[in-house]
Formats: sequence, structure tokens, C-alpha cells
Amino acid sequence: MHDVHDFEDVKIPIGPQHPALKEPESFLISLRGEKITASSVRLGYNHRGIEKACEERTYTQGLYLIERICGICSHSHSTCFVQAVEEIAGIEITARAKYLRTLIGELERIHSHLLWLGVAGHEIGFDTLLMYTWRDREVVMDLLATLTGNRVNYGINTVGGVRRDISHKQKEEVLKAIDILEERTKYYIDLAKGETTLIKRLQGVGVLSHEDAEKLDAVGPTARASGIERDVRKDDPYAAYGELDFKVISVNSCDVYGRTLVRLGELMESFSLVRQVIRKIPDGSILVKSARKVPAGEAVSRYEAPRGEDLHYVRANGTEKPDRVKVRAPTLANIQSVSKMLEDRYLADMPIVIAAIDPCFSCTDRLVAVRDTKNKGSNTVVWETIRLQGIEWYKNKGIDFTSLNEKLTKLS
Amino acid sequence: MSRPGKITRLLIQSLFKKPATVNYPAKRSGMPEGFRGKLKFNPQMCIGCKMCMRDCPSGAIEIRKIGEKQFEAEVNLAKCIYCGQCVDSCLKHALEITAEFELAKLDPAQLKVILNVVNKDSLEE
Repeated sequence: MHDVHDFEDVKIPIGPQHPALKEPESFLISLRGEKITASSVRLGYNHRGIEKACEERTYTQGLYLIERICGICSHSHSTCFVQAVEEIAGIEITARAKYLRTLIGELERIHSHLLWLGVAGHEIGFDTLLMYTWRDREVVMDLLATLTGNRVNYGINTVGGVRRDISHKQKEEVLKAIDILEERTKYYIDLAKGETTLIKRLQGVGVLSHEDAEKLDAVGPTARASGIERDVRKDDPYAAYGELDFKVISVNSCDVYGRTLVRLGELMESFSLVRQVIRKIPDGSILVKSARKVPAGEAVSRYEAPRGEDLHYVRANGTEKPDRVKVRAPTLANIQSVSKMLEDRYLADMPIVIAAIDPCFSCTDRLVAVRDTKNKGSNTVVWETIRLQGIEWYKNKGIDFTSLNEKLTKLS
Repeated sequence: MSRPGKITRLLIQSLFKKPATVNYPAKRSGMPEGFRGKLKFNPQMCIGCKMCMRDCPSGAIEIRKIGEKQFEAEVNLAKCIYCGQCVDSCLKHALEITAEFELAKLDPAQLKVILNVVNKDSLEE
């Protein structure tokens, strides 16, 4: 019989095109036997140039583009961006608008956490859980469609407030749906605490110690499952969170099971927050009129997205368009900790460990760094040069888009 | 108290319940009130200020003058992201959103729709 120590480490590339991964990202895993000895992650396969595109659009237009960074936490990104713009322009939004932003934000958290629970169930082979959680998630999706006009990209935010008010009938609908969801969530908490197979599969998997979580700057449920009570809603209250009463859920188990419990606990907190919003929402207008041009200035805005802290930086130059927009999605803060979680663990744990940070790789891709190996050091290239370089590069590979471009111009 | 197969009870209960899904093309549950679908244009109200064109994030709408104080709107359904910003930007409430969402076409040329009450046929498109 062979001993595993007789073998050299085997290097396995996983991704960017891989059946187990839902988005293009690549992992390089070093294996000894079944155990992972080292791993590295590489992003940058889904760069969409959103930040650059924002510079070529007005603030109103950019808001809809920013919303489309992520399909799940779309409200997080749009609120984060609009908060920064309002700070620069010096707009104080009305209390009712603040409450409405909080309401949609919490409903989004509910739908995101239920979605995660299903995905986690799927990754550990518990597809029954996936089916039931996603069935129940439809309740909150329908609710969001009723309140905002769409299931995913709500388009509720605008510079100076929100675009839609909530009616008395809708308030009752929200409360009714929350009752159903709370009952279902209680069942899932009961299930998570009582189903032996689930506990055995998740306990002790993907361990990220308290110290490592601090060192690697983990955010959101990943940090809170390692005993770090870090939540932007509490630390730096935005929207209406300062006036609402809620707990920051954190556990000390430091593993995937802990992350499951944190998310389930946060669901219960979200239900309570939604009820408080409905009860406390003040009357008044929802929109403050604002000028199209935003005065020169810069602002950083933070928002607690379902996945963790989202950060936007906006610099205005006094025109209708921003000078610079920078987005840091929560996954970028959490991705470093994945290598630590995978260290010395089994290969079979990899899908659930990655899924446990609730990654959004496409949202994270912000920058592509190309290293010039011939001329050391850095140099600045203008936009047009990159475009022409791209066309030339494809031409050399035998792909010519000239005729296609002509066709497209004719079409539009 | 933990035990394996805790979800079994729910599974058995579900066997005797109606399916949670809707048999879509045959049965339609409809869209909620205020759903952002296809645009509707009221040419009598349009003053041709083109604020909608200026604010459209995807450049999907075009307002054209077709006569004295008469305008038509051309919407590219493939470009439209159904955000409804044009409706908010319109000063004269000439644009409305409807709950119509089944807009897929096999021919891309058909995705360009001219919205004008004067021309009844193209409105039906």
C-alpha cells in the first residue's frame, strides 16, 4: 500500500470554467492525498467596466447601472451610491424616505439570506432544503415586486429620496407576508439545530479563527460567525437604523455551521426590523427635489449589505456626471479568508466553504492589473489607446469585428 | 435534540399539498399592480422637451416630431431596462408604465416599437 506522504503535492486548477462554480473565478489547489495544503484564488474574469461606465453617465443614469452590479444586493449598491451623492450635494432626505429605504433593505436581506440557505443546502447535498427555502423566498420576492415594481432591480432609490410610497394596503400585505416568513424561518432554525446530518456536515468545516478574521478583515456574517460584532447598521447607522432596535447576531463557533446560525438569526432580526418600520414610519413627502448638477466634492459611503460591508467612493466635479466612482463589494473583503479556511481541510469541503462566505465574484471584479514585464514600473494609458489595442489584439488573432460593428451601427 | 431525517415530516405533508409552482403558459398569475413593464405613450400630452431621452440610462427611447405639436415615441424594447425613469422624468405625464411583460420577439426588428395613438397598428405591436 502507498502512503500519502510518498507522493508530491498535486496541483489542481479549479475554474474559471467549472461545473461546481456558478461564476467565473479560478482556484489553484495543492493537494496531498485528500487534503488541501495550499490554495490561491484569482479573480478578474468578469470585469464589466462599471466604474468607468459610471463616469460617462449622469448621476440618475448611473444609479440604475450601479444597481445592476449585483442581482441579489442591488438595493445595497444603489443606496450606498446614492448616500454618497447626497452627502456631496448636501441633501437631507425626509424621514419617510429613510424608513422606506430601510424597509426595502431589510426585505432584500431576507431574500438574500433565504437564497443563501438554499444554496448552502445544495452544496452539502441537502437539496430538499434548497427546494423549500426557495419556495418560501417567493413570498418576499412577490412582496418586493408589489412594493417597488420589480422582483430584483427594485429601482426605488433616486437622488433625494425614494420613488415610490407605501400605501396602507401594502403595509398590511407586508405584515402578512412577514408572519408567514417568520413561521417558516422558525422551522428552519429548528431544522438547523435538530438535523444531525446538517450539523455533522457543517460543524468544524471552514474554520476561521477570531484572530484570523480580524487580521484578514472579514466582513458581514463571515466575521460575525467568528465572534466579531461588526455591523455597519450598528457602528455607523445610516437610513433609519439609528432609530430602530435590533441586535447584532454573532456566534463564536468560527465554522460554516456558525455562519448558518448567524444568517438565520439575522432573518429573525430582519422580521422585527420590518415590523418596527411599518409601525414607526412617519408621514410626509418621500422626495426632496435636487439639482441635476452635483457640486465638486468627494464622499465615502458605507452600507451593510446581506454579505457584509459595502463601500462606495464618489468624487464629483461640479457637472452632471461623476468624476470617479469606486465600488468595494463585500466579497472582496471576504475572499482572502477563503484560503485560510481551506488550509489543511478536505477537498470535498471546498464548495461549501466557498459558498459560506456567500460570494459574488462578478460584483467584486473592479480592476484588472496588467503587469508590464518588459518595462518595469507603471505607466498611464488613455482610454482610446486601450480600445485600439484591444481591436488590434483581436485582429492579430484572426477575429475582426469591423463588419459586425457596421451592422450594429445600422441596427441602432 | 438532534436526529437525522428531521425534514421527513414536512416532505410527507407536502405530498398531499398542491404544487407550489404555477403551470405558466397555461395558467397566468398576473403581475402585481405597479409592475414596471412596457411603456405607454400619450402623444396629446407630449410637449417634446425630451427629458425622458436625457435621463434614460440605456438610450432606449426617442421622441420625434411628426407634425405641428405632434410627437411620436420610439422605444427599443431590447435596450429598455424597464426602470421607469422616463415616467418620473416626464413633466407632463405623457408616459406610463403597464404590467405587460411578455415582450420577446424572434425578429429583432420587431423590438423597435413606435408608440403613437394616431397610428393604431403600431400601438398594438
